[in-house]
Amino acid sequence: MTREGIVNAVIALGLLLVPLWALWANEPFTITLATKVAILALAGVGLNLALGLGGLVSLGHAVFFGIGGYAMGILAQHAQTFDPIMEAPFLIEGTKSMPVIWLVAVVSSALAALAIGALSLRTSGVYFIMITLAFGQMFYYFAISWPAYGGEDGLSIYVRNEFPGLNTLNPIEFFGITYVLLLAALFLSARIAASPFGLALTSARQSPQRVETVGLRPFRLRLTVFVISGAITGLAGALFADLNRFVSPTMFSWQMSGEIMIFVILGGVARLFGPVAGAALFILLEHWLGGVSEYWLIWVGALLLAVVLFAPGGLIGLVTRGQK
Amino acid sequence: MILKNFALAAVIAALTGTTALAGGHSDAAKVGMITTLSGGGAGLGIDVRDGFQLALKMAGAENVELVIEDDQRKPEIAVQLADKMIQSEQVDVMTGIIWSNLAMAVVPAATAQGKFYLSPNAGPSALAGKGCHPNYFNVAWQNDNLHEAAGAYANEAGFANSFILAPNYPAGQDALTGYKRFYEGELAGEIYTKLGQTDYAAEIAQIRASGADSVFFFLPGGMGISFLKQYAASGVDLPVVGPAFSFDQGILQAVGDAALGVKNTSQWNKDIDNEANAAFVAAFQEEYGRLPSLYASQGFDTANLLLSALEKAPVSDADAFRAALKEADFASTRGNFSFGPNNHPIQDIYVREVIQEGDVFTNKIIATALTNHSDAYAAECQM
Amino acid sequence: MSLLLVIEQVLNGLQFGVMLFLMAAGLTLIFGVMGLINLAHGSLYMIGAFAAAAVAGATGSFLLGLISALAAAAAMGAIVELTVIRRLYKRDHLDQVLATFALILIFSEGTRWVFGSFPLYLDVPNWLSGPVTLPGGIEYPAYRLAIIVVGFAVAAGLFWMIGRTRIGIQIRAGETDREMIAALGIDIDRLYTLVFALGAALAGLAGALVGAIQSVQVGMGEPVLILAFVVIVIGGIGSIKGAFIGAILLGLTDTLGRSFLPVLFGTVMDPSAATAVGSALASMLIYILMAAVLIYRPTGLFGRV
Repeated sequence: MTREGIVNAVIALGLLLVPLWALWANEPFTITLATKVAILALAGVGLNLALGLGGLVSLGHAVFFGIGGYAMGILAQHAQTFDPIMEAPFLIEGTKSMPVIWLVAVVSSALAALAIGALSLRTSGVYFIMITLAFGQMFYYFAISWPAYGGEDGLSIYVRNEFPGLNTLNPIEFFGITYVLLLAALFLSARIAASPFGLALTSARQSPQRVETVGLRPFRLRLTVFVISGAITGLAGALFADLNRFVSPTMFSWQMSGEIMIFVILGGVARLFGPVAGAALFILLEHWLGGVSEYWLIWVGALLLAVVLFAPGGLIGLVTRGQK
Repeated sequence: MILKNFALAAVIAALTGTTALAGGHSDAAKVGMITTLSGGGAGLGIDVRDGFQLALKMAGAENVELVIEDDQRKPEIAVQLADKMIQSEQVDVMTGIIWSNLAMAVVPAATAQGKFYLSPNAGPSALAGKGCHPNYFNVAWQNDNLHEAAGAYANEAGFANSFILAPNYPAGQDALTGYKRFYEGELAGEIYTKLGQTDYAAEIAQIRASGADSVFFFLPGGMGISFLKQYAASGVDLPVVGPAFSFDQGILQAVGDAALGVKNTSQWNKDIDNEANAAFVAAFQEEYGRLPSLYASQGFDTANLLLSALEKAPVSDADAFRAALKEADFASTRGNFSFGPNNHPIQDIYVREVIQEGDVFTNKIIATALTNHSDAYAAECQM
Repeated sequence: MSLLLVIEQVLNGLQFGVMLFLMAAGLTLIFGVMGLINLAHGSLYMIGAFAAAAVAGATGSFLLGLISALAAAAAMGAIVELTVIRRLYKRDHLDQVLATFALILIFSEGTRWVFGSFPLYLDVPNWLSGPVTLPGGIEYPAYRLAIIVVGFAVAAGLFWMIGRTRIGIQIRAGETDREMIAALGIDIDRLYTLVFALGAALAGLAGALVGAIQSVQVGMGEPVLILAFVVIVIGGIGSIKGAFIGAILLGLTDTLGRSFLPVLFGTVMDPSAATAVGSALASMLIYILMAAVLIYRPTGLFGRV
């Protein structure tokens, strides 16, 4: 096993053991925190595909996170009030079933990623960062001023959605769901990175000309990875909404995009487990520093600055001392 | 193990700034306060917190253990803090939330889990009407109240053609609805601005061109400061009326001369003549070195309501405690205060005018807009 | 809708655009010369406003406040460049975004720590308060006219500086060929610090000017920052001309959009729905404009390919 492999195993095991310990010690809130880590890490895993593998610095991934969240919010809201979403030309009703919600979240965020990607990928570099940011702002202002689903107030769902055979209201069972999905996404992204498609993307990142000479179109490769990336982040959004039983336009805000990016960078860009380590550290900091000082964001800023300046490989890069 | 846990709790308490005022009495209660203490809008949360703590201190209440957390004005964070308070801290009563959207995210879940929630600021219409709950008490106002009072004042002042504006989000829509509910004149114009907008030149130009005889606006926080300064500089000199949020003690100094003489509606002011208010204003200045705001008074009243109920019944006896809360048997800084059928206030709402006292801008009451005013949603509440 | 109202709104759009230009000019210079994305530019705007409010409050002089805003923002810019930014020039955009995002957190909460959580007071000086009457009978705030004048003066000054002066030649050389100017014996480190401080000073000036008619509070920089980015992206990053045209375009689009879109929709639907739809669309308008420009010209209107 490589050094990074060992670190990854430790992180994966740690994220499993902490909530199990919390269950034994009767600390339900720690389980909630671990669930939050797993979900945000999942969003990061999505972004990491675009960012690490595709080299696409998207400052608009909150769009997909938010779409996933609203997929859950809208479906569950209609199920809660027994009010069908549409009746003509055919009947669509709300649902409280997680698998169905996930499917809707994944498909709708993938479609959004396809549209946004097709337009944004015409640009590159700073322009790409900015155009993704612009799409994020469009969705954000739309969600705030669109009254049908709560506007800025957002939507409250009173009971968490259902998963066949499990009691999702029980924190540890809901954690289990998110943990399994996180592992599945990690497995998928490892497979993608090692596949011919992943290798082609890597070379497209390093030298687009080389890829074109062998007859591949970098635009298509990038669009594909952007769509997969958006879909995974969308799934995370649906779970996040379920964790909070609440969805609001702040899921679309550019600060949210920034936070997802921070998870990836803190942990280490293009490292498989980078987003997991980053999300865990961020939540830990938020939880502990938030109590120490009213001005705790100063310390988060200082830490972030230190990581960028002195530990470019992120946490995992630091632990493995740059080895793979 | 118990000792270890105790030590751990002490460490956590020290780290999280928890105010542990010793428990152990049978009438003890653990209160979780989620409020905004960092980022934009922190001033409101700090005032509510300070008012609340001042009331506990003045009463020498050792039976209330207060846990305070900062929601950063983000609904997701507020929901998680609520989970933490309910799951880990096992609080009995929750309070503190400033913003309606955060309240909508937290309150229904908290009351559904059997916790009491005392709102020191937000009063969204959904929680006053169909979504009302026996464990939810609003100690401030229903969101529409101050706007309704502004509408009533507009009639008295003889306004017949108002131009009204508010940000495009639910509280803004409620504000305009509230004003129109009582206002009887014509509308010269009605606009929704972008939330967080800071430049109002385009809107002021529309006001100028509209032929209105008065302006009603609801623009909380920095938006209101910007609007008033720009309005004063524009040379449009129509009378302005608005709810107290743009004229509270915290931001009035930042508005300065531009606010002088503006009428605004509020359920509280520092010159309301009663013993509780005089004591509160003096003690607040003594303790924190600044004048109290409307938010501070609401935090103060919330704590006193809680203490009054604790004197009558322990939290553990939920029915008795609920009944004790409902009596609202405390000396409010606003004078008369009681709860309507939906646990929202029945109170007087005043018209204030911004004046200058030495260097300090502040408000003085000039009239009563509505007497014993309830809210428009009470009839929809079934509980 | 009268012609006077349209003219007044165009003036408002111009004023908004000019203010955005002051922000965008610094951003685009810094990007053009050093290749750096600086998210913390909004914090320098905030620092300018706070410095102006503090000094104007203590001395009673608005002009002294303006001068100290320039000085404070330039000084803070220079300090940040020397300690942090300098290490980022060779990094990729991702690191720059993250590091300057971290600076936002530090500046915002640091300012709140020093000045407290309540907004500060800064007002228009007496000699510029109130409206003036323009030819044609339009009443317009004197202060806003002054902002338009200052903005055009700064724009002219920048064009002159870049086109005609020695430092301008160095800046243009730095934009096209970095190795070359080092080879010519120009102290590139000093040039970078200078350009960064200049950009910071412009942001500080914008903050102080706007602070007098808006509210001086923590977090005031971020909305403007995003708008300034939209401006330079529309105009083409690195181009002062692009920033100027982009800023005016955006100022006009936003102002005219939010005043006339609801009216426009009102002709086809009932008033309250028109207000809601119109204002929702107006708040998205500039982002739609930006996406459209980028799709049509992926490097902005005046950007180099």
